[in-house]
Amino acid sequence: MNHLDALESESIYILREAYQRFERLGMLWSLGKDSNVMIWLARKAFLGRVPFPVAHLDTGKEFPETYAFRERYTKEWDLDLIADDCPPIEEVDAQLPPDSRFAARKSLGLKQALARYKFDALITGIRRDEQATRAKERVFSPRNEDGGWDFREQPPEFWDQYVTFSQPGTHFRVHPLLHWTEVDIWRYIQREDIPVVPLYFAKNGKRFRSLGEEGITLPMDSTATTIDEIIDELESSRTPERSGRTMDHESEEAFERLRVHGYL
Amino acid sequence: MTNTVPRAAETPLPVVFVGHVDHGKSTLIGRLLHDTDSLPDGKFEELEAQSERRGGEFEWSFVLDALQIERDQGITVDTTRIWFKTAKRDYVIIDAPGHKAFLKNMVTGAASADAAVLVIDAALGVSEQTRRHAYLLSLLGVSQVVVAVNKMDLVGYSEERFQEVSAEIRAYLQSIGIQDQTIIPISARHGENVAGNAGDGGNTAMPWWVGKSVVATLNDFSHRPAPVDQPLRLPIQDIYHSGGKRILVGRIESGRLKIGDRLLFSPGTQTARVRSLESWKSGPRVAAAAGQSVAFTLDEDIFAERGHIVSSPGSAPTEANSLKVRVFWLDETPLAVGDRLTLRLASSIHTVTVGTIDQVIDVHSLQSSKSDFVECNGVAELVLRSRSKIAYDSYGAVRSTGRAVLERDNRLVGGCIVQERAEVAVRHNLTSVAQTVSVDERALANGHRGGVLWMTGLSGSGKSTVAMALQRRLFERGRQVYVLDGDNVRQGLNRDLGFSPDARAENIRRIAEVAKLFADAGFVVITAFISPYREDRNSARAIIGEGFQEIYVKADLGTCEQRDPKGLYKRARAGEIPEFTGISAPYEEPLSPEAVIDTANRSVDGAVGLLINHIDRAFEAKREGALATAGAAG
Repeated sequence: MNHLDALESESIYILREAYQRFERLGMLWSLGKDSNVMIWLARKAFLGRVPFPVAHLDTGKEFPETYAFRERYTKEWDLDLIADDCPPIEEVDAQLPPDSRFAARKSLGLKQALARYKFDALITGIRRDEQATRAKERVFSPRNEDGGWDFREQPPEFWDQYVTFSQPGTHFRVHPLLHWTEVDIWRYIQREDIPVVPLYFAKNGKRFRSLGEEGITLPMDSTATTIDEIIDELESSRTPERSGRTMDHESEEAFERLRVHGYL
Repeated sequence: MTNTVPRAAETPLPVVFVGHVDHGKSTLIGRLLHDTDSLPDGKFEELEAQSERRGGEFEWSFVLDALQIERDQGITVDTTRIWFKTAKRDYVIIDAPGHKAFLKNMVTGAASADAAVLVIDAALGVSEQTRRHAYLLSLLGVSQVVVAVNKMDLVGYSEERFQEVSAEIRAYLQSIGIQDQTIIPISARHGENVAGNAGDGGNTAMPWWVGKSVVATLNDFSHRPAPVDQPLRLPIQDIYHSGGKRILVGRIESGRLKIGDRLLFSPGTQTARVRSLESWKSGPRVAAAAGQSVAFTLDEDIFAERGHIVSSPGSAPTEANSLKVRVFWLDETPLAVGDRLTLRLASSIHTVTVGTIDQVIDVHSLQSSKSDFVECNGVAELVLRSRSKIAYDSYGAVRSTGRAVLERDNRLVGGCIVQERAEVAVRHNLTSVAQTVSVDERALANGHRGGVLWMTGLSGSGKSTVAMALQRRLFERGRQVYVLDGDNVRQGLNRDLGFSPDARAENIRRIAEVAKLFADAGFVVITAFISPYREDRNSARAIIGEGFQEIYVKADLGTCEQRDPKGLYKRARAGEIPEFTGISAPYEEPLSPEAVIDTANRSVDGAVGLLINHIDRAFEAKREGALATAGAAG
């Protein structure tokens, strides 16, 4: 079994485990490359169709290409889409730096979705290689009543055995892509021919490496117009993937604080 | 850490870094990342600038300490993952915390590693935590270990000191079965023998060292091969219904599977053949092997569910109601005999009780001792009993079905590897299973046989007190136990009976019949009645048969009369109670009871202790072949 087969198989195992263990399971679809891979893996796990709702936390600020992608593939993939608007910026903690505040709307949107749809678990596409605090995550990661993450008191997790429980108001995050890397994702997209938002490919010398909202996501210099070129570019790059995400860099702990309070 | 993640389409080798807190793991990793050129552009400079802002000296461990909390406390809180690469391959580092309080995180990290780097401070030497980590590595099956004797700069790069530390750790690793070990003197801070190849002119600090560097040693290690050549083990994860088909899903943990294979579902005797392998966008498949998540249909509509382990009929897992395991305990509340836990083995779930704790292992001295408890972070050998049949393998034979995790109150509290079956394991056979539950099966499920402890003695001799205390202790030890006494029998079942000799005989007969039913149901029944007549007790023995244990609770009349807990002797002496045993009616002492408990000269605790030992012997679940003759002779 090659590396991608092994990753695929492990993710399918995790997705099936989540589906078996939780009653009200949902998946977050950011429309980025990783969450498209995740939907693809779920279709493999469940033999064609994703058997639970897929939620896009809509800030109204995505790029037009991203919305077009959502319309098209919701239909083509026969997704049970939830696309509620996130609460307005006025409801966000004013203490946060400006761009983190912007991003924190997603956290509020997430809380809103949890309250509205009573999910006991949400599948998300975070990876350990993306960001330091994400490297600390478990595959099945408990969240408290506020959606908060206590990274100091995480449960042990080994031998692919996951502990789940349900207490009113709490939920689990499930991370089927935790062990994948950015290049793994692109190689798999290439192998499986998975569609992605065209903004990932270079236009006029720029491309998006990580896709967030308009205004807080910056493109990088690039000439990569194909997946092969993207992989070549990544193989020689030593710049972090999320360097175009402005909120990660406002202060040393900004992103960690976002995550402790429920951000992905 | 957003460092240089692997670019190659190969699986990186997972390496866990373990060792005592402060022995320099994080420093070694920071140095390793730098020396293998695996840090992102500008990271080193950024950290240097940060430590300058904080007004401290630059430490290599800053590279790792991505979280604020870690810098403040100076310890690694959780496992984290970082990638690095050498000319040979990519690696993913699992940095496991060294602090004892975080052993659960160390286990979380180490369980997924194929190799380990054990870091020891050259000046401080092998600590208890060093040994504990090494012991857990061996328990978790990580057998490729590099020992880095760090901080050699602090001992003046002394070869003699290195040899001392090496000798101590080498002996320990050998005694716990880690054979594949390389011990290297290093200075992480100065990069000595980390990535630089010693003996190539780069090693001026330790010219006496002619061995390899840490990186070169890691490069000699290999991935743990997928167990495709072992017997098929496919735990059923779930069952889907799609397009009129019933589809079973799961991951093949070992062995191979192809269309047409006959499969056995354990526990149980059902078999069926693979009709099809199902998939979406993966092309038609006819076969699959270890590591693959599969979906398949069967040619027969048999009962299958999550928890079943699929194998080939010729090489099935074993089935048993009790397992002898080696456990590592991770919960603050100690594990005790009689505790009830949830066991997760592959996809199966069982409620188990801790039958006996055979030995607790001191990981420092490797001495074992008897104890009724396993403390947090402790290791022990014990017996787990289950009412449901567990399909399993020994860990040495098949890893995935030879290990399990333990849960209590929805928390993961420990892990265990299966050593062997603890009691008579029901070997697989293809004859049909009887629907009735046999005496032997009940005994295996409970961990003891049913039987009756018939306590006889004067009023005030302590029968009820001892019976109640004994019941509590047995219950806490996970035994099925019930007390029959005047309170629950005389008021209901026997309320029509008085105290004449005939009525007393009928009273005893009914109690004996009820006790026998309880005993047949697998219970240890304790009766607490005066039962003064030898003939009545003999007829109870005849009714109950095997498993009748006559216990004489002995105290002289004077003592009993002095205790007089219910004021009965006083009333009998006053003539208010006719035919009162010992006063106006006889008590016939047992001639050959199975045990005599002298309560005039022994405390209740002492009496209970004696009886527990007696019961353990008398009602032991018998070993193979002895079931038919198991009897009352205690």
